[in-house]
Amino acid sequence: MSTATPITLGESGLFDPSAPLAPSGNLGRRSLVNRFVQVTATAAALAAVAVLVIVVVGVAVHGAAALSLGFVVHNAQGLAGGGIANDLLGTLEIALAGAVIAVPLGILTGLYLTEFAGTRSRTGRILKLALDMMQGIPTIVVGLFVYGLIVIPQHKESGFAGAIALSIVMLPLIARASQEVLLLVPGSLREAADALGVNRWRTVLTVILPAAVGGLVTGAILAIARAVGETAPLLICDSIFNPTATSFNLFGGVPSVPMFIYQSYDLPLTQAVQRVWAAALVLMVFILLANLGARVVLARSRAKMGT
Amino acid sequence: MTDQDDRTASMIIRGDMPAGRVRIRTEPVLPIIRPEVNGGGTETRPVVFDIRDMAVYYGSNRALVGTTLKIYRHLVTAVIGPSGCGKSTFIRSLNRMNDSIPGFRLEGQVLYHGNDVYGGRANRVEVRRRIGMVFQKPNPFPKSIYDNIAWGARNLGMKQRLDDRVEEALRQAALWDEVKDRLRDSALSLSGGQQQRLCIARAIAIEPDVLLLDEPASALDPVSTAAIEGLMHNLKHRFTIVIVTHNMQQAARVADRTAFFSLDSTGADRTGTLIEYGETEKIFRDASDLRTRDYVAGRFG
Amino acid sequence: MSSTARLAPGRRGFRARRGRRARSAGKLGDRVLFGLCALAGLLVVATLADVIYQLANNATPAINQFGLPFVWHTRWAPNFKIEGAGALIYGTVVASLIALVLATPLGIAIGLFLSMMAPARVRAVIGPLVEMLAAVPSIIYGFWGLVVLVPFIYHLEPGLHSVLGFIPLFGTPSTTGVSLMTAGIVLTVMILPIISALSRDLFLTVPRELKDGAAALGATQWEVIRGIVLPSTASGVGAAVVLGLGRALGEAIAVSFVIGDVTQIHGSVFEPGSTIAAEIATQFESPVNNLQTAAMFYAGLILVVIAMLCSVAARSIAGRFDVSAGMLAKAG
Repeated sequence: MSTATPITLGESGLFDPSAPLAPSGNLGRRSLVNRFVQVTATAAALAAVAVLVIVVVGVAVHGAAALSLGFVVHNAQGLAGGGIANDLLGTLEIALAGAVIAVPLGILTGLYLTEFAGTRSRTGRILKLALDMMQGIPTIVVGLFVYGLIVIPQHKESGFAGAIALSIVMLPLIARASQEVLLLVPGSLREAADALGVNRWRTVLTVILPAAVGGLVTGAILAIARAVGETAPLLICDSIFNPTATSFNLFGGVPSVPMFIYQSYDLPLTQAVQRVWAAALVLMVFILLANLGARVVLARSRAKMGT
Repeated sequence: MTDQDDRTASMIIRGDMPAGRVRIRTEPVLPIIRPEVNGGGTETRPVVFDIRDMAVYYGSNRALVGTTLKIYRHLVTAVIGPSGCGKSTFIRSLNRMNDSIPGFRLEGQVLYHGNDVYGGRANRVEVRRRIGMVFQKPNPFPKSIYDNIAWGARNLGMKQRLDDRVEEALRQAALWDEVKDRLRDSALSLSGGQQQRLCIARAIAIEPDVLLLDEPASALDPVSTAAIEGLMHNLKHRFTIVIVTHNMQQAARVADRTAFFSLDSTGADRTGTLIEYGETEKIFRDASDLRTRDYVAGRFG
Repeated sequence: MSSTARLAPGRRGFRARRGRRARSAGKLGDRVLFGLCALAGLLVVATLADVIYQLANNATPAINQFGLPFVWHTRWAPNFKIEGAGALIYGTVVASLIALVLATPLGIAIGLFLSMMAPARVRAVIGPLVEMLAAVPSIIYGFWGLVVLVPFIYHLEPGLHSVLGFIPLFGTPSTTGVSLMTAGIVLTVMILPIISALSRDLFLTVPRELKDGAAALGATQWEVIRGIVLPSTASGVGAAVVLGLGRALGEAIAVSFVIGDVTQIHGSVFEPGSTIAAEIATQFESPVNNLQTAAMFYAGLILVVIAMLCSVAARSIAGRFDVSAGMLAKAG
């Protein structure tokens, strides 16, 4: 220990208590540093919002020029004419087909994690790890996977392969969202059902799922919104199609909006570029509206469940 | 303060003399003080807080009715009353810890050494530097014991003789002997009572002028409670102490002055109100207000 | 399980008979539910394994031909059946690192702003807006990047070179605008919402009493952040950064628009280049020969292994936090 006079706390006279409550000691400098950090953080947030605004407004301004009702309703004509109705339809077909697979599987996976695997169980942890890894797979690799799995044996690219690829992209998102929403269902509901002697499957079907339906729908909408914008899997698995025809056959090539953009953006025709902007606008509006709508649904279901 | 009192204080802190049996009178006997409800009085001791008609609102809900009292230097002032009567709100308003609560609004004035704590010129960080606080639930940082105490001091630029400062703070908080060999251990490895004493050491290490304690022993076992009560007598010589407690006996043991708050049920809202304030002995033996007498006698609350 | 202990006396007979049938049907129902759920889980794990299998299987010709040196050879000449992914791996790493260096401090700053500095009303508006950045599809970022960012870099770069040209990173006197740097900037915008949203959530988990305790010691908000908030959430933030890295590594479409598709390593980041994902996107449609397709699968295998390592690393770094980019699937 030091041999100097001991420090007497409380009588060192570090500041004059009756002085006005302006910064004393080193607080002036520290306040400046603090202010600097606050300003920087605010600037960063505003910059991020600015980028979003720039991108959205940029697409909107360029796209509005070529956008009209006809654009959405008519099919493409030739290389650079007409609308994107067939592409829109194709996108919806593929995304919905993927959802038909991913939504039930995702909810079942979420159910497994909440109802059957405890938080400490090994199967639960393995499954969670698998879901995280599946989510981490780059979408272009998902395309490669489905290419090897389906396109090669079938000797052709198809909307079906695209749908499978999109379902792999959607599944981890839906599973995660389902799990979180199912966990929010109050334990008291489960206990009440148990006390009444109701079977587990009936409880799940008639009590738990209905209580969680808002969040499940939100998860599904967001996953579909994500899938609609995915280009890479379609580039690998569904890039050969008739760009002017409407297709209802998932097992052949199916046109889609992302592929339309990808294949037309560098055509040396101004009209083609304009159509690309318009298609980008339609895509973006749809996705942003879906996100907003999902938030509204989620807010409402949260209010209902009292969280 | 005499040497005799000094030794008595150390004996209490070391546990040789049970706290609560002896109250150290370190100041000269003062003239009789009238209850401070109206802010009057013949007190000659310096005033630290001059609280004038302070009312607290959370949104449109009034939590504390206009309160007027003075808090004096180098005394332990206790704030007692039933739960929900605004004691915590009151004490947290003294160093602006309520500022971050949404809807918080304060009317009236809180003068600290004559300066308005909520005035336009008052710097919130400076206010808290001078008026420290220990909370009900011990909240040590996830750092080592040493760093818990050194952190605040380092921020304030007290880099010299930091080891000595940490040691003195731990001694004053009656924790040094228990932790001196493991200063680098995590603070979270301490027991609840030790953690709370660590929080006290942390608060006094930066040498505030005032120490506010919001029910510091309510989450602790009786032995830890006694240890913390024992600190009060020693600490008040260097700092001014305001302590909120729901335990009347504790107030009787440690406090020089006591303020009794209660819920005012007249009218639609139940609001905290200062009922009586004065010397602790008077409050407990011969209170002026019937409500105080009832509370002290355990008839409600 | 259902219990019969609660049957009212006197009605035991009828209920018991019905109960037995209901119980076995109930048990069957429970088993079916469990079976379905378990099957779903199994399917997830099986798919994951199959991804590795499919990639490795289709990559076999290339693996046999090029072996491990594929990873560091840089010459890519499909016509001559010479392919090496070295330049692609370099481009992938550099572009992703640029994005990480830019997006991490920005994302943390935004997370701090949203969790600790912004008033509630501002937070409710800006938070969702930042999350919306993640909703914009990559092809739109790619297209926008091509039309807006590329000309911007084209005009900016000569100025940068004149000031900083002595650093080899800025070595090109003039450029077409497509480059690793442009791709890095686009990736920054794409991974920023991941890091900022996760950071914000992490900072909000710091208990209020810890922040109060620090504030009561006369510390400024920055000191509270530096001394309490950041250290206690460091592992979570680290995991968030790794998740962002994983996302950046795998992005194909947006990068392919702005990177220039040049399979060469250059010193300056303002030169064009390519990444594994972007190259797969560009070359897959029209391969010169089957070996090239196999080489694409080989490159894809490398990419997916790196990406999966990132996912695993993020989980292990996160420690007590449960961090997943899947939180972006929620609107909340």
